[in-house]
Amino acid sequence: MSSMQFGIFSVSDITEDPTTGRTPTEHERIRAWVAMAKKAEEVGLDVFAAGEHHNPPFFSSSPTTILGYIAAQTERLILSTATTLITTNDPVKIAEDFAMLQHLADGRVDLTLGRGNTGPVYPWFGKDIRDGIELAIENYALLHKLWREPVVNWQGKHRTPLTGYTSTPAPLDGVAPFVWHGSIRSPQIAEQAAYYGDGFFHNNIFWNKEHTERMVRLYRNRFAHYGHGEPEQAIVGLGGQVFMKPTEREAKERFRPFFDVAPVYGHGPSLEEFTEATPLTVGTPEQVIERTLSFRDFAGDYQRQLFLIDHAGLPLEEVLEQIEILGTEVVPVLRQEFDRVRQPGVPDAPTHAARVAAAREAGTQLGEQGRAWQEQGARSDLDTGAAIAQQAGEAR
Amino acid sequence: MSEPRIAVVSAGLGDPSSTRLLADRLRDATLSALTGHGQTAEAVDVVLRPLAQDIAAHMLTHNPSGALAAAIREVVDAEAIIAVTPTFNMSYSGLFKSFFDVIEEGQLASIPTALGATGGSARHSMVMDTAMRPMFAYLKAQVVPTGVFAASEDWGTASGLERRIARAGQELADLMVAMPRRREADPFDVESDAFVSFEQMLGHA
Repeated sequence: MSSMQFGIFSVSDITEDPTTGRTPTEHERIRAWVAMAKKAEEVGLDVFAAGEHHNPPFFSSSPTTILGYIAAQTERLILSTATTLITTNDPVKIAEDFAMLQHLADGRVDLTLGRGNTGPVYPWFGKDIRDGIELAIENYALLHKLWREPVVNWQGKHRTPLTGYTSTPAPLDGVAPFVWHGSIRSPQIAEQAAYYGDGFFHNNIFWNKEHTERMVRLYRNRFAHYGHGEPEQAIVGLGGQVFMKPTEREAKERFRPFFDVAPVYGHGPSLEEFTEATPLTVGTPEQVIERTLSFRDFAGDYQRQLFLIDHAGLPLEEVLEQIEILGTEVVPVLRQEFDRVRQPGVPDAPTHAARVAAAREAGTQLGEQGRAWQEQGARSDLDTGAAIAQQAGEAR
Repeated sequence: MSEPRIAVVSAGLGDPSSTRLLADRLRDATLSALTGHGQTAEAVDVVLRPLAQDIAAHMLTHNPSGALAAAIREVVDAEAIIAVTPTFNMSYSGLFKSFFDVIEEGQLASIPTALGATGGSARHSMVMDTAMRPMFAYLKAQVVPTGVFAASEDWGTASGLERRIARAGQELADLMVAMPRRREADPFDVESDAFVSFEQMLGHA
């Protein structure tokens, strides 16, 4: 694995192809994701990241199910999310689901936590959107604990307390999946990522670089403040949105009808205006390379670059072609060019193997395949009532 | 130190527009009243008509064009606002509302503000109190007591329009001097009160 990871991420929209008037079925789109992920691995990309939604026209309500299926059909690809809803999902279930996926994928798993942007999802799952930040903070504090402590006693505001709870399966090799925190505009989430020394993913695809720069700078400075290293050693991921053909004219001609009516930004600014204001690049592979390399100018040396390539009704064949171009023409050059200018001391992109090695060195590994997890559990499962009372006292 | 700035927002659709005319008159009255306080200010025109498409695009994408971002900055950074709209269907125009809709919450809090509106006849004048004041109250701007409504006929008769403009300008100047806006702290500035550290979020601080 190299210093940077490149891949694709999808929101899982089911959108009519405006050039044919045909809308794919849910089944077709679900199978399309599998085809995309396999293609991504075949052409040498590193990451496939699945979005999570709980309302049409999106299909991805159950990311670990589809990622587990993809894991069984791939060998190198890292399976991730974009994003996993830390607000409305039960953190206990996130701990279980992703630990299970981590075992099945032999460690090729990380996840990106987000708050979600669909208001009604909160009440549908029994939460209040006004608690969004608070839920993200509290739920992650619990998730973090569940993956690091064999027996958890816990009490919070938004979930029923836990007494003597052991999350199963234990994380593979006693090392939790790497966590990215995704936020577009909340400084609190950059602060949260910095506090834990986790990764920060800024999905900048609809945002100007000044905004992205401000969020990433805050995260980097606070990462250093909390003692995890220099600001340059923080772990940063960015989004991107591309469509490529051999000439810029062909690319724009083919993509414009999809752009003009796309969900989110359609019927708004022109393709040219949106290209200028956001990372969107519609043109030749060379143009995409040039644009992507420029992200480093405002984000610093970073670890993960994900591209959105399958939305707005683009048919599967076209999406697979985009993945092919990314893998064969764009990413090899990006790897080489980013590595050439990369400052010394900047950490590589996180992998399970590297994290296990680091945990062994630091003595923080929790034991092989959960055996020590159980042994420690048996030892520390003593007076859970007193432990809860003590925690509640500390919280006050 | 640079001069305090007054943002003069006008949402007229014609060119020339009577809304712009009223905005200009309110601006002049305010500057003149400030002179009485021994102060000067720089007035910046924020004309919404040329920004109409950018405002619509911003609503769809949350991404302001350069021109719109600059206009928003003029307003949220100003020491005072003069806001004038034509009356449509018993309310401010959609363009006027949309411009304020794309400004982030809390950005107008405590800014001294004078309001004006134009319409075909004096029967529309309640727009000042039924539409404009509630919105600016929600935005937590400090609005002066006199709102100036100008009907078409007011421009050609001795209706007291000049007197009302002068009074509103005087009130805005007085407010700028007596109760200048308080600046909100930047939540990205770790030294500021607005920044929330993780310890504070966890409730341990």
